[in-house]
Amino acid sequence: MSTETLEQPVVKKQAEPLFSKRRKRFVMDPLDDDNPVTIQVLGICSALAVTVKMEPTLIMSVAVVFVIVFSNLITSLVRNLVPGRVRIIVQLGIIATLVTVVSEILKAYNYEMYKVLGAFVGLIITNCIVMGRLEAFAMGNKPWDSVLDGFGSGFGYAWVILTVAFFRELLGSGTVFDYPILEKIGLVNIQNNGLMVDSIGAFMVLGLIIWVQRTRNGYVEH
Amino acid sequence: MELFNLGIKSIFIDNMIFAYFLGMCSFLAVSKKVTTALGLGAAVVFVLGITVPVDWLVQEYILKEGALAWLGPQFAEMNLEFLQFIMFIAIIAAMVQLVEMVVEKFSPSLYGSLGIFLPLIAVNCAILGGSLFMVQRDYTLAEASVYGVGSGIGWMFAIVALAAVREKLKYSNVPDGLKGLGITMIITGLMGIAFKSFIGIAI
Repeated sequence: MSTETLEQPVVKKQAEPLFSKRRKRFVMDPLDDDNPVTIQVLGICSALAVTVKMEPTLIMSVAVVFVIVFSNLITSLVRNLVPGRVRIIVQLGIIATLVTVVSEILKAYNYEMYKVLGAFVGLIITNCIVMGRLEAFAMGNKPWDSVLDGFGSGFGYAWVILTVAFFRELLGSGTVFDYPILEKIGLVNIQNNGLMVDSIGAFMVLGLIIWVQRTRNGYVEH
Repeated sequence: MELFNLGIKSIFIDNMIFAYFLGMCSFLAVSKKVTTALGLGAAVVFVLGITVPVDWLVQEYILKEGALAWLGPQFAEMNLEFLQFIMFIAIIAAMVQLVEMVVEKFSPSLYGSLGIFLPLIAVNCAILGGSLFMVQRDYTLAEASVYGVGSGIGWMFAIVALAAVREKLKYSNVPDGLKGLGITMIITGLMGIAFKSFIGIAI
C-alpha cells in the first residue's frame, strides 16, 4: 500500500475497487429483492411471448442482456451532453440502434431462430426494463456502475423468463431444450398440457412464480 | 366484407393482450380504475389507428427493397429494411407528440384527463408491435388501417375488463404474496381462456 502511494501520490487516493461491496449490490439486488419482472412489473410483454420453448428464450435473454448493458453504458457516457427535454428520443435512438445490431446478427447466423422470434426481437426496443434502467440509473451514474446495473437487471430478467420457459416446455411439450426428458425417465403416459403452450399458461406460470418469490422475500404490494 | 372480418379478428381472436402479450406493462400498471383505463384505451386506439397506416406508407415507399424507385432509377436497387426499427419508433414518438399537441389544442378537457398517459404510449409495445405485425403479414393500406384501429379496440376492451375486475378485487381476501401483480396475472390468464373461445369462430 505504501509503495503504491509513493508512485502515484495524488490521484489513486480514493479509487474504489472494481467490485466493491456497493457495486456488488447493483448486480445482486435485481436478481432477487428488486427483481425487474416479479417486483417492479417491467418487461412483461416479451417475457411471456417467447417462453414456449427454452431455446428461443435463452437467445432472447442473451439479446436483452446485451441491449441493456450496452445501452446503459452508452447512455451513461453521453448523459452530460443530452439536454433533458430530448432525452427520451435519444434513449430510444440508442436502444433501437443496438436492437438493429442484434437483429442483423441473428438474421445472419441463426435465421431459423430469427423467424421463430419474429417481431419480438424488434419489441426489445419497447421493453420497459431497458427504458426504465436508462431513465432511472444510467442518466445519473458513472459508466462502470451502469454496466454492472445492466448486468444485474439483465440477469434478473433472464432467470425469470428461463424459469417460465422451463415449466411451459416441460408441461406443454414434455421436453427441455427439445430433449424428451419425460420419456427418458420413464414417464410415458403424461399428457401434454395444451394450455401451457398457449398464452394462458404463461400468465398462470408467471403468476405462480411471483407468488412463490414474493412469499419467500416477504414482499407485499398494497 | 373482408375488411370487416379482419376488424373482428383483430379485436377478438388476435387480441393484442391475450394472444400476443403486447402492451402488458401499461396494461398491468394502469388497470386499477375503470375511468383511467378507458382514457388510456381510447388514446391507444387513436395512436394505433394513425401510426399503423403511416408506418405502412413509410415501409412501402421508403424502406422496402426497390421502394425508392420513385426517386429515380439509380435508387431502384436500394433496400433500407435494416432501418425499420429506428424509423418506426421515431414515427411513433413523433405521432404521439403530435397527437398530444392536437388534443391539447382542440380538447383541453380530454387532454386533462389523459394527461400523463399520452407520452407513455410511445413506449407501449402494442403500438410498435402493431406496425411490425402489419409488415410481417403483408397487409394492404386499407387492411393496415382497419387492423390498427381493430387491435387498438381489442386492447381497450381487455384493459377496461381487467380494471373492472380489479376494482371488485379490492374487497376480497387474497394471500399476501399473491396481492397485486400475482393475482392480476392469474386473472389475466382466466380472462384469456374466455377470449380463447372466440378461436372457434371461423372468419
